Amino acid sequence: MSVGAVNLEAARNHGLSDEEYARILEILGRTPTLPELGIFSVMWSEHCSYKSSKRWLATLPTKGRDVLYGPGENAGVVAIGDGLAAVFKIESHNHPSFVEPHAGAATGVGGILRDIFTMGARPLASLDSIRFGPLEEAHQRFLLRGVVKGIADYGNSFGCATVGGELSFHPGYRNNILVNAMNLGIVEVDRIFLAKASGVGNPLLYLGSRTGRDGIHGASLLASSDFDEASAEMRPTVQIGDPFTENKLLEATLSALQTGAVVGIQDLGAAGLTCSSFEMASNAGTGIEMDLDRVPVREVGMTPYEILLSESQERMLLVVEAGREDEVIALCGRWELACTVVGRITDDGRMRVVSSGEVVVDIPVDPVAASAPVYDRPRAEPAGLRERQQLELGEIPAEKDPGGALLDLLSSPALCSRSWVYEQYDQLVQSSTVLRPGGDAAVMRVPGSARGLAVSTDCNPRYCELDPYRGAQLAVAEAARNVAVTGARPLAVTNCLNFGNPERPEIMWEFVECVRGMADACSALEVPVVSGNVSFYNETRGEGAIPPTPTIGMLGLLAEASDAVGAAFAAVGDTVLLLGETREELGASEYLARRLGWERGRPPVVDLAAERCLQEFLVEAAAGKLLRSAHDLSEGGAAVALSESAISGWIGFEGALPGAGLRVEARLFGESAGRAVISCDPARVEAVLHLAVRHGVPAAVIGRTGGDRIRIDPGVDVGLREAHDLWSGKLSEMLD
Amino acid sequence: MSSVAQIVTPKQGAEADVRPRVGIVVFPGSNDDRDMASALAGLGAEVEMVWHRDRTLPEGLTGVAIPGGFSYGDYLRAGAMARFSPVMRQVEARAATGLPVLGVCNGFQILCESGLLPGALVPNRDRRFVCRDVWVRVEDPGRFDAGLSPGRELEIPIKHARGAYMIDLKRPARVALRYAGPNPNGSNDAIAGVVSEAGNVLGLMPHPEHAVDPLLGSTDGAPLLRAFLAGCRGDGTEA
Repeated sequence: MSVGAVNLEAARNHGLSDEEYARILEILGRTPTLPELGIFSVMWSEHCSYKSSKRWLATLPTKGRDVLYGPGENAGVVAIGDGLAAVFKIESHNHPSFVEPHAGAATGVGGILRDIFTMGARPLASLDSIRFGPLEEAHQRFLLRGVVKGIADYGNSFGCATVGGELSFHPGYRNNILVNAMNLGIVEVDRIFLAKASGVGNPLLYLGSRTGRDGIHGASLLASSDFDEASAEMRPTVQIGDPFTENKLLEATLSALQTGAVVGIQDLGAAGLTCSSFEMASNAGTGIEMDLDRVPVREVGMTPYEILLSESQERMLLVVEAGREDEVIALCGRWELACTVVGRITDDGRMRVVSSGEVVVDIPVDPVAASAPVYDRPRAEPAGLRERQQLELGEIPAEKDPGGALLDLLSSPALCSRSWVYEQYDQLVQSSTVLRPGGDAAVMRVPGSARGLAVSTDCNPRYCELDPYRGAQLAVAEAARNVAVTGARPLAVTNCLNFGNPERPEIMWEFVECVRGMADACSALEVPVVSGNVSFYNETRGEGAIPPTPTIGMLGLLAEASDAVGAAFAAVGDTVLLLGETREELGASEYLARRLGWERGRPPVVDLAAERCLQEFLVEAAAGKLLRSAHDLSEGGAAVALSESAISGWIGFEGALPGAGLRVEARLFGESAGRAVISCDPARVEAVLHLAVRHGVPAAVIGRTGGDRIRIDPGVDVGLREAHDLWSGKLSEMLD
Repeated sequence: MSSVAQIVTPKQGAEADVRPRVGIVVFPGSNDDRDMASALAGLGAEVEMVWHRDRTLPEGLTGVAIPGGFSYGDYLRAGAMARFSPVMRQVEARAATGLPVLGVCNGFQILCESGLLPGALVPNRDRRFVCRDVWVRVEDPGRFDAGLSPGRELEIPIKHARGAYMIDLKRPARVALRYAGPNPNGSNDAIAGVVSEAGNVLGLMPHPEHAVDPLLGSTDGAPLLRAFLAGCRGDGTEA
């Protein structure tokens, strides 16, 4: 970043448009100083201001009976009973992870952890939704190894269990991988803390790591523009994480909050000191005065510009009751972290920053934080989409070897076991993990309560590319189904909306269609969106954008954690049932992609009313202890789902799928939504069927568990061991 | 690492007076400390968190447990910094006179670094962290053998990146536990845990404190921890 005169040229270099620069001149009534220009550039960046997405995000349902805090806070907060609340959020760290996979993914985990414990919650579970280009390419394997190791190194050392997420592959992520990190924490409802700089005269405390020169302009430039040839040179804009310090910061923060002396708190994330202090002052309608000479720094000679815009990790700002600062400083000293007063709260609504006795920043808080530009960008349906949505079932060649096709799908990078990934994560720390990774959703016991929380992430980018409206609906529906099969009632959603460059009309169209689908599905399923993040500019110049990827993080609640139902068959001789309606659908399916290389057709039909009935059935069946296993049907359809239940339970299956009049490929591998396979004690079948009728859920007995083969009529008869070995060993074979 | 330890008070009973009293050493970066505390308390022990900077151990301890985690971030080398914490001088002195000491995972690494146990723990054979349930076979758990007959197999999770146990095989250690299935980390002779020459210091890579509750999976950690607590009854000196 050049340090020189402030003018239009400098503003452009900071990623500001000419109109935005004119607006700055108008707000200040003078030319900004360089630190001020830096502040405007980060605060008005797409990443921090949501200027392209804001008006559309406002259409999402965000209210609900259990919602305590929705979007706008560090994370969403939902009441879960027993005086406790779940605090959760998902956030992207895509560009940093592509530029520097280990550090980028690690700091993604660190950032989302801070969002959770800034609110006073102790982090309980992490999930990571990660997406790469084809695994057959060496560079993608390098990126995957680095990302997984980054997540593991940070989360394991910090001490929060990593229990789920997704791993998917698509050529569209080749030059722009996705790393979406989610965290869930627990807090007592009367001990939730917000980012508010209240109380004129109260001191502003800095806590945590010292401020260094890392991460400057991570938010404004790296995260808010397309990739190009020069992006590799932006490696210094990637922050370096230190999980050991984060672990100490967690304990110091939670003990500081226990004192009752803390009025407001905010972590230093994107755009560091600047963004955080502005947010705190803006939320409280106050002003802040800060002295940069008092900020703990890593090296001498850092300029005000660098100190203000540094994205060094593991830092917090606390507003403390005047007179109690020494108490908090002493408490934090136990954790060997820097903790010092750097400023105070004022009543003039201005952000005033002093360095060496000189005022370097003096700007009104509101116009920067709350009156950031909002755009209604033009939208247009992508050319050729209608053609790609065309698919005649008659074009699909008849499958001659259904068993071979099943084994091929099970051993594909898209569907094979993820154990190579999740075995690198500590899944157990804090002794709360009831259902570990590998199933549809992880289930955590809530500490201090009998309740359980189910968590899952979901998005099928192929669905979203071929039909963004329907794809986003399906992402919500499947995420909700993932938690419902464990017996949990879907409660609320966090989302991470990953898209290309919003200045291109077809990207903006995809975005708006996805938000519309999400809004409709969340309303119908009564799962409000309580937190999230938007990541635009996920494209590399000349190579096109990623497929639209609205990742859904779903939270569900179990009244009793001990009622949680796993995906694996649990006993020999159990009756297996298929729930939901199988249609003759193969559009946008994994079967077509893998077997024929076709990425076309429309994704499965959505019936949100039927989804809701199915979910209510699953929750009631689990609470009534009727089920021994339940598994959602998704990519690969019924044959793949039955195989997964068989392989993970190490118990075979024999039976026949319904739909005798439909194509074999659709019966076995079709991805009709709103379906699940369950197993139960034969003595309970009648009760299960009765409950299904009561909820209006189509249910058919399709077979029984047992033996050492997977036999599915039509046409599948494969050995359990062979299926297991192909499925479980694939990632290790490709990555080790 | 916990600042406010949630200590579960065990049930009062006829045996209350002989209840073992175990100090759990907490370093910056420890993170299975609360799990260890609640597991031991659930099995009838009285537990007390001991901060690493303390220069004395609390009065009346009949045993010490060093939990898992990443003390000092595992920077430099796992356990290499923690051994210099003031409290470790006390642990070493009391171990020499027979106080029972248990180290799990990072605790095991610290015990090896401080010389209370022989051998060393190095990065896993495939250089990756591994978290999974494994089977281990009991061999010679020294003083902690109550109810643990040699040959008994237990299913207990491991979770570590530096768990390959290396020892001079010409001067073998007393092997407490051995991996019964595939060797998950490349340890010499598939050693999963060792006990000191005198039999009162036990170190293991598997996490018995994560295998005590049927809701969370295996309960095979309970017999191991019960055997440790049985060894912690009495006056804290070698019988």
